[in-house]
Amino acid sequence: MRNTNQVKSHLEKYIVTYLFIALSVLFIIASGLDINYVASQLLLRLNRNAFIVLALIIPIIAGMGINFAITIGAMAAQIGLLLTINWGVSGVPGILLAAAITLPLGAFFGFLIGKLLNKMKGQETIGSLILGYFANGAYQLLFLFIFGSIIPLNSNVTIVGASGVQNTLNLTGSVGLYTAVDGIAHISLLLAVYIFCGALALAAVIQFVRKKITQKRLLACIALAVVIAGVFCIPAVADVVNGSHGRELKLPLVTWLLILLLCLFNATIMRTRLGQKFRAVGQSQTVANASGINVDRTRVIAIMISTVVAGWGQIVFMQSEGIGTFQTYAAHEQVGLYAGAAILVGGASIDRATNLQALVGTFLFHSLFITAQSAASAMFGNSAVGEYFRAFLSYGVIAVALIMYAWRSAKQKKAGQMNLAEQRAAKS
Amino acid sequence: MASEFILEMNHITKLYGSNAVLKDVSLKIRPGEIHALLGENGAGKSTLMNVLFGMPVIHSTGGFEGEVIFDGQKIAIASPMDAMEKGIGMVHQEFMLIPGFSVTDNIKLNREITKAWPVSKLLGKDLEFLDTKTMAKDARKALDDVGMSIEEYTLVSGLPVGHMQFIEIAREIDKSGMKLLVFDEPTAVLTESEAQQLLDVMKSIAAKGIAIIFITHRLDEVMNAADSVTILRDGQLVSSFPKAETSPEKLAALMIGRGSESVIQVEKRKEAVEGGVAMSIRDLWVNMPGEVDKGISLDVREGEILGIGGLAGQGKIGIPNGVMGLYEAIGEVELFGQKLPLGDAGAALRAGLAMVSEDRRGVGLLLDQSIENNIAFTAMQVKGSFMKKLLWQKDARAIRRYAEEMIKELDIRCTSPAQPVGTLSGGNQQKVCVARALALDPKFLFVSEPTRGIDIGAKQLVLETLVRLNREKGMTIVMVSSELQELRSICDRIAIVAEGKVVDILKVDASDTAFGLAMSGVKSKEGEGA
Repeated sequence: MRNTNQVKSHLEKYIVTYLFIALSVLFIIASGLDINYVASQLLLRLNRNAFIVLALIIPIIAGMGINFAITIGAMAAQIGLLLTINWGVSGVPGILLAAAITLPLGAFFGFLIGKLLNKMKGQETIGSLILGYFANGAYQLLFLFIFGSIIPLNSNVTIVGASGVQNTLNLTGSVGLYTAVDGIAHISLLLAVYIFCGALALAAVIQFVRKKITQKRLLACIALAVVIAGVFCIPAVADVVNGSHGRELKLPLVTWLLILLLCLFNATIMRTRLGQKFRAVGQSQTVANASGINVDRTRVIAIMISTVVAGWGQIVFMQSEGIGTFQTYAAHEQVGLYAGAAILVGGASIDRATNLQALVGTFLFHSLFITAQSAASAMFGNSAVGEYFRAFLSYGVIAVALIMYAWRSAKQKKAGQMNLAEQRAAKS
Repeated sequence: MASEFILEMNHITKLYGSNAVLKDVSLKIRPGEIHALLGENGAGKSTLMNVLFGMPVIHSTGGFEGEVIFDGQKIAIASPMDAMEKGIGMVHQEFMLIPGFSVTDNIKLNREITKAWPVSKLLGKDLEFLDTKTMAKDARKALDDVGMSIEEYTLVSGLPVGHMQFIEIAREIDKSGMKLLVFDEPTAVLTESEAQQLLDVMKSIAAKGIAIIFITHRLDEVMNAADSVTILRDGQLVSSFPKAETSPEKLAALMIGRGSESVIQVEKRKEAVEGGVAMSIRDLWVNMPGEVDKGISLDVREGEILGIGGLAGQGKIGIPNGVMGLYEAIGEVELFGQKLPLGDAGAALRAGLAMVSEDRRGVGLLLDQSIENNIAFTAMQVKGSFMKKLLWQKDARAIRRYAEEMIKELDIRCTSPAQPVGTLSGGNQQKVCVARALALDPKFLFVSEPTRGIDIGAKQLVLETLVRLNREKGMTIVMVSSELQELRSICDRIAIVAEGKVVDILKVDASDTAFGLAMSGVKSKEGEGA
């Protein structure tokens, strides 16, 4: 009885995730794409997107829903990149400069967003979405008119014969920002997996010796490490990863270290007093307020962190392998949408999210993205269908998540009040 | 300087506008005593506590007069946080707990014990790590002190309601330097044995020297636990004395008090109404938030005005709302011998019931609509009145005629029947509500808190109208009101509801003691019983 209930509630929580796993498998098979190609594309997209998706976690925990206003963080990053290109700083220093510019800009924008969202409590998700659209107008004004005419720019980034920033900005060649982070060092995926498994097992043992975890947990961790390592030893899998026929799969080391660092940051902050405030405010603003927590300030901090981190994520995205140029006026538009959809696919909801959910979600969401086009042309003989399917997918996932959230909280509210008939039965 | 009292509130007067809600009230509490604070709704208990805690509502309405002396020093309390730091704590009636947090996290909320590390030294205390071990140890101690054996790491969400009250208390006594604790109706949600346990915990806390202000309406608990008692009525101090000098009967009488003269003079009926049963309610349970009913049984006689009284939150308002189908309800209700389906407002209206809601602006009226539309709306929907035969058009002329008649009869002060009701005063809005109920030509009328928030003139007019409808048209009326004096002036009998049940049905001239006891859930000899 208890077990079936647990399974049921687990399924309820992760139905979207399982649906996506099933769809991914179906699409990979239907698309007829080479598995090595799919894997390498997937890895590429994980490098690019994981950082931004992870930026969504803190606002979710602080009870502010999915912060679609990370779009504005992306805009801050693009301002940083534009100035970096304009000043001709290249390579790692260029990236660091762009990140340094993003920090105060993102924090300031985040502060404003937070202030505004505090005025529309309960509607943060929709509010931040609309805010992103609104900011797009201000961004265009800035890039089309103010840059170039009021703030002078070099001619290599402005529109020839007019003011305003060029439609496309190039990061390759002499600009020298392309793969500035990705290209520092690579490590083969196989090695990375073995190191990860080893580290996992080692950490489990250390924690066990320090009596932080139970024996059961220790064995589970070691078993997990062995299974993962084992899977990659299977010749069929190893072939794909080695690229016996195709490319060898490699991870950009520094990018992944940054992603891990961000995961660590998200986990660490939750163990601090500030993290406790985020959780308390997220669960009940009334109670948090009654205990003397400054609810509004806590929420503003959550959004500021999220906006800055999303900006840095956008820089990671821009410099990553296979991008090279960006559409000055459009590159930020879908950032919030795709990241929001990805984290929801991973099993997060409007009020809870973890690092793992963000990573798994990014993985699943993009596995469909990669294969949708080929699968559609294979199934319907028309690759355009795949394009529609992508849009349908991202909006659909968000709509489903919002509905599920409303449905679940209504149900919870009902469960909170004991059924009248039950009460009467209990009394007599 | 050590003083005899831990807290002295001297000559506190608080005005909201020109309306005095506290008039020269004084309260003195000794260290380690349990001091019961009694009074009806609106007696000023909450306002007095708001003053004590420096609630924003007090400061934003011009502060108060009088002085507060705490621990021998005259203090000005700026905010609830300030009060907490000075050692004044509150155990809330509604639980201030976070369901998704563990017991420890709740007890230590915003008072977490933390450890510094380099980053936090640089960027501030907010980034210090939680010291979960020490927190758990403290929580364990506090839980032991209140006699709870639950594990400190369990989540609050899964715990029974009774446990939550004890966690709240554990949180308060965990705070260091706590000198005075306020318990606001702490036993309201507890079972009998839990309530007893709570009283024991209160006594053991008091034995450690912490003073307790105990707000309750259960007189037996006062007699059981309190050392002394203060009674407020209508914002004034009635009496303050040690418990040993009193009895529940005396407390009840002091709480109610013969108030001012009757609101209106009504010629009393010579003989009691002996008509048949108009409405019989059996074991009615209503799930109205804040006004839950748990098994109401009541007979309303044909042709009478039955009053329903009781303290706020005890369930009296749940009765009309449950019967009318506005909130989830189960039980059996018969109207003139016909079974009434519950949870269906349309069916209730069609069966000849009508209700003037206590929530005038929310449920009662369409504020942007004209007076005449408001009066006609329900009758049009339910009975098809004011409609032309042809093409289901509304009959504007008939509506206007009826509205004008009602405006004259009920003395609704307005510029024209087309004036939006939102622009009327509260009293006139209430009259529109009555007119709307009358447009249904009901056989049976519920009036819920009809005089809440309206001036004295309008009050009289509304009450007179009810009496006239009853005497002239023979309409059976059930009036729910928090104002006992009002019920006493126009009703034939008064049922008192406490904790979701009818405690007693009393004659209007029953003694104050009988009413006071009934309100705290004790049946007296004078009543006809429930």
